[in-house]
Amino acid sequence: MHAEADSGAVVPGPGSPEAGGQQGLSHWMRVHPVTSMIVRRILLGVVTIVMIAIIVYAATLVIPGNAATAILGRNAQPAKVVQLEKELGLNEPVLTRFVNWAENAIQLNFGNSLGEGVAVTQREKATENSVTSLARDRLANSAILVAAAALISTLLGLLTGVYAAYRRDGFFDTVGSVVSLVASALPEFVVAIFCVLLFATSLFTWFPAISVLEPGQSILSEPEKLVLPVLALVIVVTPYMFRMTRGAMIEALDSDYVEFARMKGASTARIAFRHALPNALPPIIQVVGLNLLFLAGGIVLVEAIFNFPGIGSMLVAAINGRDVNEIQFIVILLAVFYVLLNIITDVCVLLVTPRRRYPR
Amino acid sequence: MEASTAPTTAVAPPRAKRGGRARRILGQAVSTWRGKVGLGLTLAVVAVAFLGPLVGGSPLELMGAPFSPPGGEAGLLGGDALGRSVLARTLHGGWRILLVAAAATILAIAVGAIAGVVSAYRGGKTDSFIMRSVDVLLGIPQLVFVLMLLSVIGSKTWLVIFAVGISQAPQVARVLRAAAQNVSERDYVKAVAAWGVPPRVVIRRHVMPSLLSPLMVESALRLSFSIILVSGISFLGLGAHPPNPDWGVMINENRVGIAANPWGVLAPAILLAALAVGTNMFSDAIARSSLASGRAGDPSLELFVTSSTDPNDPQPLQEVPE
Repeated sequence: MHAEADSGAVVPGPGSPEAGGQQGLSHWMRVHPVTSMIVRRILLGVVTIVMIAIIVYAATLVIPGNAATAILGRNAQPAKVVQLEKELGLNEPVLTRFVNWAENAIQLNFGNSLGEGVAVTQREKATENSVTSLARDRLANSAILVAAAALISTLLGLLTGVYAAYRRDGFFDTVGSVVSLVASALPEFVVAIFCVLLFATSLFTWFPAISVLEPGQSILSEPEKLVLPVLALVIVVTPYMFRMTRGAMIEALDSDYVEFARMKGASTARIAFRHALPNALPPIIQVVGLNLLFLAGGIVLVEAIFNFPGIGSMLVAAINGRDVNEIQFIVILLAVFYVLLNIITDVCVLLVTPRRRYPR
Repeated sequence: MEASTAPTTAVAPPRAKRGGRARRILGQAVSTWRGKVGLGLTLAVVAVAFLGPLVGGSPLELMGAPFSPPGGEAGLLGGDALGRSVLARTLHGGWRILLVAAAATILAIAVGAIAGVVSAYRGGKTDSFIMRSVDVLLGIPQLVFVLMLLSVIGSKTWLVIFAVGISQAPQVARVLRAAAQNVSERDYVKAVAAWGVPPRVVIRRHVMPSLLSPLMVESALRLSFSIILVSGISFLGLGAHPPNPDWGVMINENRVGIAANPWGVLAPAILLAALAVGTNMFSDAIARSSLASGRAGDPSLELFVTSSTDPNDPQPLQEVPE
């Protein structure tokens, strides 16, 4: 017990198990630490996705009844159910079924949408009712929504954050801090509702209140339907960007090297963007990454409010209709996005932090 | 200061001081403007939610035409999608969200704190196992995780509490692990452990009391996120069941008539917004005051105040280079 307590207690620094593992691995592989870190993160990401796949698959096993009863309905003849179970391979052991499912999933075949009422007997073949083909257009729409919101909020947060840090405790900084504190606390669907009330129905009627499209139509063909969903997401996400940029910039501006640059007579803009900002980048990049993660979850409610044809509203519809195949696909899609984004964020942080690039 | 006045025994009673420290941090938090506004907003909404059912009329009775205008037969705030009184439904529709969110927060803090502290204190395989599980849970968006559970098992109140609590626990575990790692390094903890006191007792009696401020900060923060999650779930129709009044459900039901009677949406939205802003401001005030009191004892807290607004992950922002 003593030894245990010791090993738990003697910790060299923050995040030490990671750091220790990383060092060990790089020592063992004799490779550049960035490479070994990326390899480590990818392995961890793969493990994460496998675990999530297991959870997602296990969730379907809990549902009362199985796919066969779901297809044939509750009042189906038992003989038919047994026959379909055999066709679907439901009488095989759980592990076999999971491996089959995972094999299909890797090939992006998540089966057919159950909601369309099509026979799902040919699970092997991807038809036009397959989950993936139904999701394709919606995925593009969601990607456009997230990209637009991320781009606008990043630029807006960065500029306002730098300005607020420069005019610290000034009027803009004070107002900005209060506004961001309030805005960051609001639930996204409440923000979306306020946006609808302000700009679509009650005060102004500039934009459509809902963003319904024909199936298969791209949101880009009617960009005015994109405005309010993007606005709602920007309002929710920008405050984090603002606060983090402001905090990181204040820290950088207080530093010795910025003071030296000032004494040297460098211009304000040069100090801000050449000296201070590069050093404030790592936390800012992390927040951009976190914001993108938040957007991936945040689109669910915002899309539901606006009936926006994306994967978020698809998930809500799938959940209400208990469409297991669609739920599995979307959850795994979001999880893969999460894992990839985490890796990309970490690598970017590493790339803008020169001192962490070299072995210690 | 307190330590220097009691030099008599080696084992100073930590319990006596704990209440005092909590009160001091709370007092300091309330004395700031953020704390005052935050607590004021929160208490106002809590009062509406719990006293409302006593004074509000029937939330189920049909009073007039759907979306009848404010001030008409359906009362001060008009009628909702079925012609029920928006005012009565608003007054009845909050207590459930508050109770569910509070229960979920307690669960999140309990599970997260135990996981984080055990992980930090034990280290080794226990640590990697717990933290890898945390990574996996953080790999799914919170709302998606909760929705997945609810869609599979069905919308039940206990499940909402469980799902929201478990989805918040990983963040608590991360913060508490960082804080507990710092405390476990201290000499008095090592000394007690070396004395042969079992780890469970060391954790409970000697590590946990030092984690009071991060626990308080996390509780307030998790409460505000739980409220957001729980109301979002009711909005999507997986929380309260239809005839019952609920702020989230009301926003969803009444948004088709937003042009005819905006109050059906506006009233619950304003209350939810006030609640979310209030709890968040108060958690911000607690974070600042526990940092200012200097007894935080965890490295993550300072970074945490700057990142306290972050919905997903209050992990340390910059790793300190060794």
